[in-house]
Amino acid sequence: MTRIGVLALQGDFAEHLTMLRSLDVEARAVRLPRDLEDLDGLILPGGESTTISRLADAYGLVEPLRAFAGAGKALWGTCAGAIYLARSAPDLDRPTLGLIDIEVRRNAFGRQIDSFEIDLPIAGIEGGPFHAVFIRAPVIEATGPDVTVLARLEDGRIVAVQEGNRLATAFHPELTTDTRLHRYFVALAERAVPSKRGMA
Amino acid sequence: MDEQQRGTWKVKSGLAQMLKGGVIMDVVTPEHAKIAEEAGACSVMALERVPSDIRAAGGVARMSDPEIILRIMEAVSIPVMAKVRIGHFVEAQILESLGIDYIDESEVLTPADERHHVNKHDFKVPFVCGCRDLGEALRRISEGAAMIRTKGEAGTGNIVEAVRHMRQVWDGVRRIQNLPDDELAAEAKELGAPLELVQEVKRLKRLPVVNFAAGGVATPADAALMMQLGADGVFVGSGIFKSEEPERMARAIVKAVTHYQDAAILAEVSRGLGKAMPGIEISTLAKEELLASRGW
Repeated sequence: MTRIGVLALQGDFAEHLTMLRSLDVEARAVRLPRDLEDLDGLILPGGESTTISRLADAYGLVEPLRAFAGAGKALWGTCAGAIYLARSAPDLDRPTLGLIDIEVRRNAFGRQIDSFEIDLPIAGIEGGPFHAVFIRAPVIEATGPDVTVLARLEDGRIVAVQEGNRLATAFHPELTTDTRLHRYFVALAERAVPSKRGMA
Repeated sequence: MDEQQRGTWKVKSGLAQMLKGGVIMDVVTPEHAKIAEEAGACSVMALERVPSDIRAAGGVARMSDPEIILRIMEAVSIPVMAKVRIGHFVEAQILESLGIDYIDESEVLTPADERHHVNKHDFKVPFVCGCRDLGEALRRISEGAAMIRTKGEAGTGNIVEAVRHMRQVWDGVRRIQNLPDDELAAEAKELGAPLELVQEVKRLKRLPVVNFAAGGVATPADAALMMQLGADGVFVGSGIFKSEEPERMARAIVKAVTHYQDAAILAEVSRGLGKAMPGIEISTLAKEELLASRGW
């Protein structure tokens, strides 16, 4: 069975775990480096990027997370998770992981009263627009050459990207009942494991 | 939905979901707010005085000066909350116009209305409200609260009331699990809560919104206790900045909430923190000094 971890330092990790389990995936909360063992992919949830990055530092997760990515495992950041995965987030007063070649701006839409929901077409996701919930959300302001844009708002701002088997979304699929993006991610994670399966 | 929809139930309750597993700290200056953010707080509560000082000062406690709130909002990038008096919908209108991220309709301030809470559905900004049991939590949710916290007994540094309230909420939830559907209406009447919400609690096996612990958290162990009792996160009022070493206490409580099930980490973060805030035994307080009995 595919094993997906959810970084459980702070934020809405329980919502991701619930959604993954509904897809018959083995899902595990990751709080310490040892929790990464045997995983095929990892989701970095929504929450506060300042809090998550500080707790990752405090418990020695930064290098293990980079090694996890280096081993070809799939990664997906939603909102705060996308900020933390980014190459740079100039208004986060902290280092990011630099695992997706994007520059992200935090709280790009304003404060909580500017949070919104909207139906959003996403490239590669069939079955109509995705109901996207943006909460004090970031936007992706710049993308590297290997990054594919999956979704933009009507004004052109980028809110979902993919680089290889790594995803970043500015919104929260885990707050809906639509499992299409989670299934898309699980498929990416499964594609990353054939070498391991071949050896077994 | 081609247009952006703002101020919906989903985005109001959704922000609370983003705060889960985190610590919301009371701060009275921009410097405090920065210390809190630096320590890993997921949000701060902007106040003129922390609850223990409000308790000591007596008199009427009101919404903080917008000047202080705005300066704190400018100082940090994490969400900022502020308190209004129970039923004082104009204080809430003022906070909403400042662009505050969450409003706490709080028993820590002197109530403005003894009968009616704010109709929170009228606002685009989300509200958090205190409760002592399931019925009170569901009444607040029916008025539009998008997040709930236990009342505890604020400003005492004594966890006993927060524990009582958290256990009472979960007792109520578990009781509903065991009731057949045809007995839910009578239970709703008993609780003083709408039937639809009682049915939702049965379906979800928990409150329909995020539920934090508040009122008396003074140590990392207190915070982890509330998490193990089923809180989604923790508010710390006087417990940080009334302790001997606020920065270390703040960091320790943040770690304790993430690793609340790991006793070795809890022991590590609890070491050498200096003195926690001075505590008050609840039974030494006169009935009119108890904040939790404000509101219904």
